[in-house]
Amino acid sequence: MADQVLDVKGLNCPLPILRAKKTLKDMDMGATLEVIATDPGAVKDFEAFCRTTGNELVESEAGDGQYRFVIKRAS
Amino acid sequence: MNAESGTNAKTMSMIVTKGSLDWAYPPFILATTAAAMGLEVTMFFTFYGLSLLKKKLNLQVTTLGNPAMEMPMMGMHMTMPNLVSAVPGVDAAATMMMKNLIKKKGVASIEELREMAVEADVKMIACQMTMDLFEYKIEDMIEGPSLGGAATYIEEATKSDINLFI
Repeated sequence: MADQVLDVKGLNCPLPILRAKKTLKDMDMGATLEVIATDPGAVKDFEAFCRTTGNELVESEAGDGQYRFVIKRAS
Repeated sequence: MNAESGTNAKTMSMIVTKGSLDWAYPPFILATTAAAMGLEVTMFFTFYGLSLLKKKLNLQVTTLGNPAMEMPMMGMHMTMPNLVSAVPGVDAAATMMMKNLIKKKGVASIEELREMAVEADVKMIACQMTMDLFEYKIEDMIEGPSLGGAATYIEEATKSDINLFI
């Protein structure tokens, strides 16, 4: 279970990333954020976001037209 | 090491030259996303791009000179011949269609993205020459941007990892 959940369903690029970043900023190091999105572009974008920022993408899964990501704050 | 800030952050600069609704998206999307990814971002607003800094935005799209413009409509795509732009009300209708689509598809408004760019400390420079040329007043513009010229931009660009012209 993630420490915090962020619902960005219905939002399009780049809002899922921007909302996730805004939420992560106020979380503790090591805390986890679960993001629920419907934007298919978010899959590659969260991978790139995490690689560039040094945060850890712990989980990424798709199903039912929804995408779920778990990001561990590490930067 | 970033010379100015003393951090290891990557840097991006862009020149923003266009002020229509469709062309306003790339610079603000890239600036906010880059800032969210830890980059230090500078935007230089010049010519028609400068109007994107006005407090009150009234952005429009035009079909003129835009043969690739297609609007999804009733499961199909409607092309917009260049010529129809001359008919009164066509560009206004195209703008309204675009704004409706933007809302329906969960795309951020330019006002929203611009506010997020300001919040994320994106450095904005308004071109002094364009301010003079088009007789804009500083009080018509949002708070935050500084004034500068070509040399101000070039100085930023020489220090940036990414430089874009939009």
